[in-house]
Amino acid sequence: MLTRRNFIRSTSLLVASTALPGFAFAQNGPLRLEITEGVIEPLPFALPSFIAENAGATDAAADISRVIAADLRGTGLFRQIPPDAYISQITSFGAQVNYADWQAINAQALITGAVEQRADGQLVVRFRLFDVFSQAPLGEGLQFVGSADSWRRMAHNVADQVYSRITGESGYFDTRVAFIAEEGPKNARLKRLAIMDYDGANVQFLTDSRSLVLAPRFSPSGGQILYTSYESGFPQVYLMDVATVQRRPLEAIPGGNMTFSPRFSPSGQTVVFSLEESGNTDIYSLDLATGTRVRLTQTPSIETAPSFSPDGDQIVFESDRSGGQQIYIMPANGGDPRRISAGTGRYGTPVWSPRGDYIAFTKQENGRFHIGVMRTDGSEERLLTSSFLDEGPTWAPNGRVIMFTRETPGDDGAPAVYSVDISGRNLQRVATPGMASDPAWSPLQS
Amino acid sequence: MTKSIFRRVHVALLIGTLALAACSQGGFGNGDSAAGVAGAAGAGAGGIGDPTSPVYFNEVVGDRVLFAVDQSTLSPEAQNTLASQAQWLLANPEFTALIEGHADEQGTREYNLALGARRAAAVREYLVSRGVPDARLRTISYGKERPLQICSDEACYSQNRRAVTVLSAGLAS
Repeated sequence: MLTRRNFIRSTSLLVASTALPGFAFAQNGPLRLEITEGVIEPLPFALPSFIAENAGATDAAADISRVIAADLRGTGLFRQIPPDAYISQITSFGAQVNYADWQAINAQALITGAVEQRADGQLVVRFRLFDVFSQAPLGEGLQFVGSADSWRRMAHNVADQVYSRITGESGYFDTRVAFIAEEGPKNARLKRLAIMDYDGANVQFLTDSRSLVLAPRFSPSGGQILYTSYESGFPQVYLMDVATVQRRPLEAIPGGNMTFSPRFSPSGQTVVFSLEESGNTDIYSLDLATGTRVRLTQTPSIETAPSFSPDGDQIVFESDRSGGQQIYIMPANGGDPRRISAGTGRYGTPVWSPRGDYIAFTKQENGRFHIGVMRTDGSEERLLTSSFLDEGPTWAPNGRVIMFTRETPGDDGAPAVYSVDISGRNLQRVATPGMASDPAWSPLQS
Repeated sequence: MTKSIFRRVHVALLIGTLALAACSQGGFGNGDSAAGVAGAAGAGAGGIGDPTSPVYFNEVVGDRVLFAVDQSTLSPEAQNTLASQAQWLLANPEFTALIEGHADEQGTREYNLALGARRAAAVREYLVSRGVPDARLRTISYGKERPLQICSDEACYSQNRRAVTVLSAGLAS
């Protein structure tokens, strides 16, 4: 539906290999922003509204420009220079850029673009990114083609390109978030499985509120969602196809045993989950092709919240075998676990970063909840948030941002989805239509 | 405090009424729970004065036990309540029970599901140890999803850390 190809212009669109001695961010080479360095000052960018190549593209050009700017601003890494400060105007997509005019307003990056509506109704979106102080394009110009109603995805694609070229990390804007939409009073909550774009747009409800539903998880392709539902009368893991909204129990579990806390393996061929029997909860894996279920832990304690390493070789999970909730890692086929959480308090809901470098978790200590990250050996623990109730981290596909649930206390306490980056900066509430919890971040869609 | 005094009163009352129930087995209504509330003040069949009624079970025997933070062990008070529940269930074999385990909101969602299951199982095991056929009992965990009290203080939390024995009419499958 959405296609992308490079478009070649007569002028070279290659990255300048050397740059002029420039300003702040661009001193030692091409425009580059190191996310891990703990950026203090957001990088200023100019984004003149994309040019509408024909009348049919007027609205789309304005909307796409707005969404690209919002994506970039929302990272906390970029600052938009207001258009009324611009000296130059971009009147045609192919025109020469007057770098001096953009340098004068201290724009480090300049994003230009054009939108055309074809006779068949398809939108064509082109963009270019310039390193203003190096006076050179940053990467090649790109063109995206898609249906008119996919304009948001095309905007996110442009923003992902800009983010990626400047930070060296892959983007996370062309993604979706599955979550639980909540309504009603605290003692009679109604919950529905829902899905939306990462920025809260395009909300779609996937279940009605007749059955309690909890904690969705995406498949590696993003096409399926695992979640827990009380639909059958007791908690059970279900598998839903996002496109068709068809659902089925993951496995016919006899005897009313509760299954919950599912997660796919990176290959998508295995699901790990918790199964409760006579009050004891352990972790099992299910091979989706063969239907073979294997018990991975065998203790009288609670073992839950399993999450695979990106290579699929290991599973991080929580257990209260030591007396309180702590985080452990075991081989993917079971075997001796090693405890990695070492601090005071309780540690739960570990989730392995898609990059493999960190494990995100929920920490509970002295009546407060925190979202944190630690290395896979338990070192470098860093708490990113603190509140009455923060829980359930989920990673952006680039492993740089985390979403989670934050719930306020009291009779009218309500959950909302928040995001924070792994340095603990840029804490933001994610727009949702009403109360929301249990976010699950999809992989990049393209 | 008042709550526990009430409990003791209920248990004392129960001993008398159970003896009564034993003599008059079958003489009372079939325990249609919803209808029973209207007769709560009187001694009509299905009302609170009817020892074979679910209302009686809920209000006089006590349909729930409470737990300490992060615990699933049964306090002496809980054991008393459950002993009475077991007697009632043995005296009223036409009922089955679904034991709901719950947690307060001070915990992660998944852990609380597992904790609620532990609590429900502790109740089930106790009832079975008192002679209730296992086949008449089922368990379910609601974790922290169904709080009874909604304040964010221990006064509410202590009521939410519970296991509730919910009766339903009909023979066990």
